[in-house]
Amino acid sequence: MTTASRATRILGVATLASLALTAWLALVVSPADVNQGDAVRLLYLHAPTAWLAMYLSFGVTTLASILYLWPRTRSRLWDLVAGASAEVGVLFIGLTLAVGSIWGRTTWGVWWTWDARLTSTAVLFVLYLGYLAVRRVPADPLVRSRRAAIVALAAFIDVPIVHLAVEWWRTLHQPATIFDERRLLDPRIHGTMLWTLLLSVVAFTLLYAWLLIHRVRLARLEELVDDRELADALAERRAEGAAATSVPDEVPGLVPERSGAGVD
Amino acid sequence: MWRDAGLVAAKDLRVELRSRVATNQVVPFAVLVLILFAFALDPDRGILGRAAAGLFWVTVLFSAVLAIQRSFAIEADDDARDSLRLSGLDGAGIFLGKAAAVALELLMLEAVLAVGVVVLYDVSLHDAALLVLVCLLATVGIAASGIVYGVVAAGLRVSDTLLPLLVLPVLAPVLLAATRASEAALATVPGDAWPWVRLLAVFATIYTVFGVVAFGPLLEEA
Amino acid sequence: MGLIVRFRSAVSLLGRFPALAGVDLDVGAGEVVLLHGPNGAGKTTLLRACAGLVAIGAGEAQVLGHDLRRDRRGVRRRVGLLGHASGLYDDLTVEDNLRFAARAAGHPAAAADSAMTRLGLDGRLRQVRVGRLSAGQRRRTAIASVVARRPELWLLDEPHAGLDAAGRDLLDALVAEAVADGATVVLASHERERADGLATRRLLVAGGRVVDGLLRGDQADGPAKQAEHVA
Repeated sequence: MTTASRATRILGVATLASLALTAWLALVVSPADVNQGDAVRLLYLHAPTAWLAMYLSFGVTTLASILYLWPRTRSRLWDLVAGASAEVGVLFIGLTLAVGSIWGRTTWGVWWTWDARLTSTAVLFVLYLGYLAVRRVPADPLVRSRRAAIVALAAFIDVPIVHLAVEWWRTLHQPATIFDERRLLDPRIHGTMLWTLLLSVVAFTLLYAWLLIHRVRLARLEELVDDRELADALAERRAEGAAATSVPDEVPGLVPERSGAGVD
Repeated sequence: MWRDAGLVAAKDLRVELRSRVATNQVVPFAVLVLILFAFALDPDRGILGRAAAGLFWVTVLFSAVLAIQRSFAIEADDDARDSLRLSGLDGAGIFLGKAAAVALELLMLEAVLAVGVVVLYDVSLHDAALLVLVCLLATVGIAASGIVYGVVAAGLRVSDTLLPLLVLPVLAPVLLAATRASEAALATVPGDAWPWVRLLAVFATIYTVFGVVAFGPLLEEA
Repeated sequence: MGLIVRFRSAVSLLGRFPALAGVDLDVGAGEVVLLHGPNGAGKTTLLRACAGLVAIGAGEAQVLGHDLRRDRRGVRRRVGLLGHASGLYDDLTVEDNLRFAARAAGHPAAAADSAMTRLGLDGRLRQVRVGRLSAGQRRRTAIASVVARRPELWLLDEPHAGLDAAGRDLLDALVAEAVADGATVVLASHERERADGLATRRLLVAGGRVVDGLLRGDQADGPAKQAEHVA
């Protein structure tokens, strides 16, 4: 049994191809920056993962959590998507922080600075680690999913507050060069660098989609196993009942005692 | 809803009154933390005075985690959570009641800590009214978000380690805002406190509303 | 008079364990139904389900007209569950606990006072913290908290356990009084002799199901008459 399919194979190839193209453009074709030298090439790795993590992954997690909680659209699928997207998101944020740290080291000489972007990102990282922790808690699966969904919403509400607070507090990070509304029509980065950047965003988005699909399918398979175990448990329970009714209950010892989850 | 909130708040405060956990354990813990900071930061170098506001709020945050855990621990007494659900009390009311009780306990703690900070760290108060306002708003935000996450973690075997992990990142902006605003009140760092005060108000409002809506469903499952 | 409790093929999961594996049960108004069966059969879960504490995963479940699959909360004010745990706050006194229980259910504090008197929790005992009471006294307090709520449906899980002879007699009297006042009672018990005297119907619970739990058409109207035997 595998989580691959025709669609994901095509997607996978597209992802690889675009990543390869991006790498070529980033490392070979595009020019080095006047001030930062070759280190600017890290931008092509850092910026898309940052964008993907913060907006796409956690946006999907939040949306899926809402869909899961909303009675009309409630479905196990949304819970799985929320969890999978958060996992990929945390992965990307970790990557963002690591690459950003390396870039900072080469450009500014320090591994870390407490500027607005980095700090909010770090808090975001821990917020979603907390969300993932809730998903793994030993508890009733339905309870767990529901609580996780609500935690996802609470975390999402906190994100703009964190951004705002930290932004007021620090302002060192490079102002947004592409996704700043004022600059949308006049990006600061020109020519090859711009195209490379856009392509890298596309490449990483494809990567995100590929990872997400596989992760959700994997979670589905896990659920199937659980469902089968449940069906077995149900059958066993009923058999136990049948055995008990054919024996008067004043005769102890013939009906096996079943201990399970604090029942009676 | 308000009647239920009043009942629950009164009950929680009465439990505290009789068991005296906050006064006998949490407050001494907080004062201890203040003292430990002095050990760590060397009083002679003048850092304590400048950092006083931040240290105050960090201490409040850690103490808040304890207070929230305690708020749910009393329900675990012989499984009072079942009886809380059975009581037929409105989930929103329970939330408001518990948050109010925790907020009151924290405010009393903050009063003690404020005295502690002024005495131990040698700072002077520039604008007391501002400080009181900051404490009120920050505390409401801490209590509201704390009770929400508290119920998420409640009843789980891992609740003691899960709660801090969940609630402290969320409270990071509160820490930030409260510290900056307090610094202005203590005149350790001059600045405009009002944007921070507004942020605290927004945070408190958002999480109170969120709690009123989400607490009932969260309390549901065992 | 409609059915107080109506379950059809109700399934309830505790984690992945099917505590209730397809329950069919009817309970008419004024009945005193005794549930018996081996440990682990699901009696406690069934009582908790009637109280709206447990989620019903499949099938139908209605208690006092409330559909438990849609809204479990509405029914809770109207039922009284006496479980294994007392659900009391150890740090509060008997009086504090009972006043809270009564007022939470929407009754005046006086209901708590009368419950305490009825259960023999008088005088100095009222000011004692529940954590300091003996097991029997705690049990009485727990029973008092159910009485103070004046529920329409009483759900008693091993109610006689932990009580002395006088306490047991008192409990039986309370059940009879409740039924005479129009309440319905479902209890789970291992004590056949005592419970038999109270019950209008006896049902075996095994493997998460109830044996012969349904009422025939004529029986659904009848139990009020049967209850007269008990009182």
